[in-house]
Amino acid sequence: MPDVIVVGGGLAGLSAAMKLAENGCRVKIVSVTRCRRSHSVCAQGGINAAMNLRDEDDSPYIHAYDTIKGGDFLADQPPILEMCLCAPRIIYMMDRMGCPFNRTSEGHLDFRRFGGTLYHRTAFCGASTGQQLLYSLDEQVRRYEAKGRVERFENHEFMRLVLDEQGVTRGIVFMDLFNLKLDVLKADAVVIATGGLGLIYKKSTNSTFCTGAANGRLYKQGMKYANGEFIQIHPTAIPGIDKLRLMSESARGEGGRIWVPGDSSKTITNPEGKEVPCGKTGEPWYFFEEFYPAFGNLVPRDIAAREILRLCEMGLGVDGQYQVYLDVSHLSERSLKKLESILDIYTKFTGDDPRKVPMKIFPAVHYTMGGGWVDWPAADDPDRWDRYRQMTNIPGCFNVGESDFEYHGANRLGANSLLSCIFGGLVVGVEVPRYLQSLSSTSQETLSSIYSWALKKEEDFKQDLMRRNGPENVHKLHDELAEAMIKHVSVKRNNVDLAKTLETIKTIEERYKQITIDDHTRFANQTYAFANQFDAMLELSKVIVKGALMRDEFRGAHFKPEFPVRDDEHWLKTTIAEYDPKEREPRISYVPVDLRYLKPTLRDYSQAKRVTPHLENIPANIKLPI
Amino acid sequence: MNENTFTLKILRGTPNQQYWEEFILKREPFANVISCLMYIQANPINSKGEKVAPVVWEQGCLEEVCGSCSMLINQRPRQACTALIEPILKETGQLTIVLAPFTKFPLVRDLIVDRSIMFDNLKKVHAWIDMDTTMDRGPGPKISPEKQQIMYSISCCMTCGCCSESCPQVNEHSEFMGPAPVAQVRLFNAHPTGETEKQKRLLPMMEKGGVTECGNAQNCVRVCPKKVPLTDSIAAIGRDVILQSLENLFSFPEREQ
Repeated sequence: MPDVIVVGGGLAGLSAAMKLAENGCRVKIVSVTRCRRSHSVCAQGGINAAMNLRDEDDSPYIHAYDTIKGGDFLADQPPILEMCLCAPRIIYMMDRMGCPFNRTSEGHLDFRRFGGTLYHRTAFCGASTGQQLLYSLDEQVRRYEAKGRVERFENHEFMRLVLDEQGVTRGIVFMDLFNLKLDVLKADAVVIATGGLGLIYKKSTNSTFCTGAANGRLYKQGMKYANGEFIQIHPTAIPGIDKLRLMSESARGEGGRIWVPGDSSKTITNPEGKEVPCGKTGEPWYFFEEFYPAFGNLVPRDIAAREILRLCEMGLGVDGQYQVYLDVSHLSERSLKKLESILDIYTKFTGDDPRKVPMKIFPAVHYTMGGGWVDWPAADDPDRWDRYRQMTNIPGCFNVGESDFEYHGANRLGANSLLSCIFGGLVVGVEVPRYLQSLSSTSQETLSSIYSWALKKEEDFKQDLMRRNGPENVHKLHDELAEAMIKHVSVKRNNVDLAKTLETIKTIEERYKQITIDDHTRFANQTYAFANQFDAMLELSKVIVKGALMRDEFRGAHFKPEFPVRDDEHWLKTTIAEYDPKEREPRISYVPVDLRYLKPTLRDYSQAKRVTPHLENIPANIKLPI
Repeated sequence: MNENTFTLKILRGTPNQQYWEEFILKREPFANVISCLMYIQANPINSKGEKVAPVVWEQGCLEEVCGSCSMLINQRPRQACTALIEPILKETGQLTIVLAPFTKFPLVRDLIVDRSIMFDNLKKVHAWIDMDTTMDRGPGPKISPEKQQIMYSISCCMTCGCCSESCPQVNEHSEFMGPAPVAQVRLFNAHPTGETEKQKRLLPMMEKGGVTECGNAQNCVRVCPKKVPLTDSIAAIGRDVILQSLENLFSFPEREQ
């Protein structure tokens, strides 16, 4: 039975672990927290699958079309098509595991509407779908654990990949977060499923584990990082001191309306380019419903975030501040019941009851579309079986879930993240055993000096950090990094400030060498653990900023007013960032996007009607992982 | 010390070396225990003006769905993320808030305890559905919306440990698993597929540490941050355990596998 390491215990990691165990591997899960506490629990609204249970003529092909269009054509199309084809099976699989999906009165699965689509395509469990899906997978993995097929290393952190002389993956170096002990785990395949990097912006909707450190460390070891500049800003979050809590899109899916007090003395350019008054003074102005009659409050997230910012910049925000109303007070008892848990969150953190007064919300950093570059040979590619899906450019190192770059292009559609995580995990569960069979030698034969060298590299860095003795404080450097990133590298970007931010990060890097770690103990030392992560976070910050600086166009979540249109001629290509130890900036190159099923069209949400898309060249030999 | 500040008094240290330390913080609207701990992490100066090691604690989602940040806040087990400073000061009329680690789990350091036993218990009570394989077999069994509601309410348990911490029956002289795993037994036994392995879950409930050790203090349901129907579940499983023991008594041996 071969050993496989899965780093990360969220939806993607657990889905991979389960499928790998089912396929005869012995799995070791390494996670900085208890798997059950992973960030997947925060996903509220639901999971997409075009099952057409409401007879709307929905199909996985339309789901694929919506996903490709939602991502502004930047995503490779073959993995999206297979994900959407597999989605109904994934829902049934999760259903069979006992995941408590909401039900129709007859006892079938219930579906709701979500952003960027006109179909009831989103299955859900109350308003904590991610939590419920995660628990169901955690339970299946526990079942394999009881059989001795899975071993968990929770409260352990991935520090580095161990590569042999040929640059092939042979294991990892990891650290026990309680006693700070570094150690080696051997395996011939490593699956990275470590989620997003919201913590680079400090305050985001992400959990505090989501530093992006694992991907940053891998990038420094030679992993290509793709589309770093694409960071999703969620339009509706609750402002807070410690974090920005998500107010799920499901609040709008159930009929929630966004408005600001109207002001007819002001005018604004609508999406058709006409100058119109900002509603009527003294009345709520439901600007999304006016601007986007077909999608209304359910326009895709990037559009929603930009419109909210635009209005607030004009002084139209509630109380003149950067906030708008999200109103569910008019909804029926039945709808409010479905939203109970998210509405409770609002009450808990603000003291106001959204059943009675409209919520005050503002956009927040939410999702990392970019991530580790991974391969995807399509079903009808002649070399399909010579390559491995979800494998990075480092042989034996796979990447799935939010930490990879696939599936979402320039912008992710709501309720597609849970799907992409589970699907990616299942794919890995099939591809990794195939990769292992292709190997001519195993980690058992790898020289012990390879492992001891890797371990020593990490020991040395630990000593270096612990011994630093300068005037800087790593948490304050983090504040400065986040301030620059939020101001210049979130909803709206411009080249002057992006260039400045890149320089700011380099200064922070210099000052990082002058930190002192306030905690000198060797036990559960969180300041040390964070200081170590911060090194990798700085590297990925530069990847985000440089990618954004170079991309002179407006595509999905990347909005640069100086270049206000999508420029397919020059920029319909995937950004690849590579680490160069001799340079202080990432090396950026580009690869073409795989557009084999659908030619790019304009991404218009103002007039959208239900369309039956025509996808070309669909392979006949697609084999899904379940 | 003035009206614009308040004191966080924290029980710190490692096993057998615990001590109290106080920190003075500014009062801010919407501050919670987490935002205060984050401030101390970046500015670790105690009330005496001494630079000390930053306080360590567990945290995750900060929106009360992950169960990480459990601790005793003014002696009450709860999540630190939803513990807003101003309402607590107002409610107690005091300008001090006391933080301490849970006492029913082994201490790691400061506010961190090791809750491994809760996850081990999930293994003990067979807290999963025995699905054939992941391969496509169509939908699962139909479930009424009413039943789904109850299953969802139990499935929201985030293994935070507040129930065990509040339970007088969970102590060093007893092996009681605590209320959370009992509710999980009810959840999986209620599922049409899970029902087939009902006995495997009821068995540990009949043994030492099982449901019969509940003393009906009902603290658990009062402190549960997710309003999991814990006492209802304990009552339901208590009844099932009696039925199962009768069945075991009168059944023929060949019926057991």
